[in-house]
Amino acid sequence: MKVIIMGCGRVGATVASMLDDDGHDVTILDTRIDAFRRLPAGYRGKRQVGNGIDQDTLARIGIREADAFMAVTQGDNRNVMAAQIAKQIFGVRRVLCRIYDPIREEIYKGLGLETISPTLVGARLLKETLDREPAPAGGES
Amino acid sequence: MYAIVVGGGKVGYYLAKEMLDTDHEVLVIEKDGAKCERIAQELGDIVYKGDGCEAATMEATGFGRADMVIAVTGDDEDNLVSCQVAKVKFDVPRTIARINNPKNEAIFRKLGIDTTVSATAAILAQIEQELPEHPLMRLLTLKGGGLEIVEVKVPAFASVVGRRIRELMLPAESIIVLLVDQAGSPRVPTSETMILTEDEVVAVTRRENEDSLRAVLTAPAPVAVPGSGDPGYGSSGPAGPYEPSGRS
Repeated sequence: MKVIIMGCGRVGATVASMLDDDGHDVTILDTRIDAFRRLPAGYRGKRQVGNGIDQDTLARIGIREADAFMAVTQGDNRNVMAAQIAKQIFGVRRVLCRIYDPIREEIYKGLGLETISPTLVGARLLKETLDREPAPAGGES
Repeated sequence: MYAIVVGGGKVGYYLAKEMLDTDHEVLVIEKDGAKCERIAQELGDIVYKGDGCEAATMEATGFGRADMVIAVTGDDEDNLVSCQVAKVKFDVPRTIARINNPKNEAIFRKLGIDTTVSATAAILAQIEQELPEHPLMRLLTLKGGGLEIVEVKVPAFASVVGRRIRELMLPAESIIVLLVDQAGSPRVPTSETMILTEDEVVAVTRRENEDSLRAVLTAPAPVAVPGSGDPGYGSSGPAGPYEPSGRS
C-alpha cells in the first residue's frame, strides 16, 4: 500500500516507521526539513519537504497513486483542509485526519472524513486506566 | 444584517470599518489581544477575543443568527474551517473566505464555501490584463451553471472597432452587458451601440467560450478599411475565423 503522511512530528514519524516496517511504500511530508530528524535511522521510506495544503505539492509527491493519506500536523485546520483535498480533489481511498478539538472532529466525521481526536481517545484511556484497580505492586510496606 | 468577520488583521479591520459605515451589525473575532484592543479603541465595542474556528467562540458570538460570515485571516486553512463550520453547524446562509493561494478557489467552492476572494488572483488578473496577449480578465464566476463575467479590452486594431453589437458574431451564451470608453464613461449597450477603440467590454459568457469571445473582440481587421462593412465577416460560424492566431 502506498501511504502519504503529512506532518513529521512524534506521531507522524512513529506511524511512518511502523508502516515502513510492515513493508508499505511510505512518503512523509513536512514543511521543515529538520522535522525528519524524528525518523529512526532504519526508515526506508521517502522524505518530502512541502506544504500539504497546497494541491501542487500533493500532486508532486504522488498523491494520485496513493492508497491512503494521513494528516497529522499540529494544526487541526491544516489537517482538515489537506484531508479534504486528498479526498475530494484527488479521490484517495482512505483518508485519516487527526483533529484535537472534539467538536470539530465530530463535524468533519459527519462530513465523511475518517477522523481521530487524540483529546477524546487520550482522555478516555486515562479515565479507563484510573477506573481499573492496578495489580498489587508488592513493594508497598 | 449581522456579519461576523473572522480575523482582525488589516483586511478585517478595514472591512469592519467600511461595513459599520453602511449600518451593518458587525463583529470581529480576533485571537490576538493587542489587535483586539486596537480595534476596540478605534471602532468601538465590536470585537471579540477568541478563535473563530472554535465552536465555543462561535456559539458565544451568535453564529446561529449571523447572515454572513467573512473569514479574512492570513491562513487559508483557518478561513476554510471557519466558513465550513459556520455552514454545517450554524447554517449561516452566506460564507465568504479570503484565500491566498489562488488554486484554492476551486477547492473552497467544492467544499461548500459560497464566495472566495483572492488578492493574489486579483493582482495576477490585473497584471495579465496589462499584458497585450492576455486581454481577457475574469471579473466574477457565477455560482453554478459555468457562466462568468469577463472584461475584454478592445485593441485599436481590432476588426470590431466601429461595428454595432448586432453585427458581432459572439459565441453561444455570450452577451455584452457594458461598455466603458477610454475616458471611463460607461454605456449600457443596445444592439445598435457601436464598439469604440480601447473600449472595455464587460460580457457574460461561458468559461469554454472565453477564448472565442476574446478572439471576436480582439482579432485584428484583415485589411484596415475603417468604418466600412466587411461582407464576409458575419457569414461563417463564430468559432471559425476568430480563433486566436499565433497563440500557443
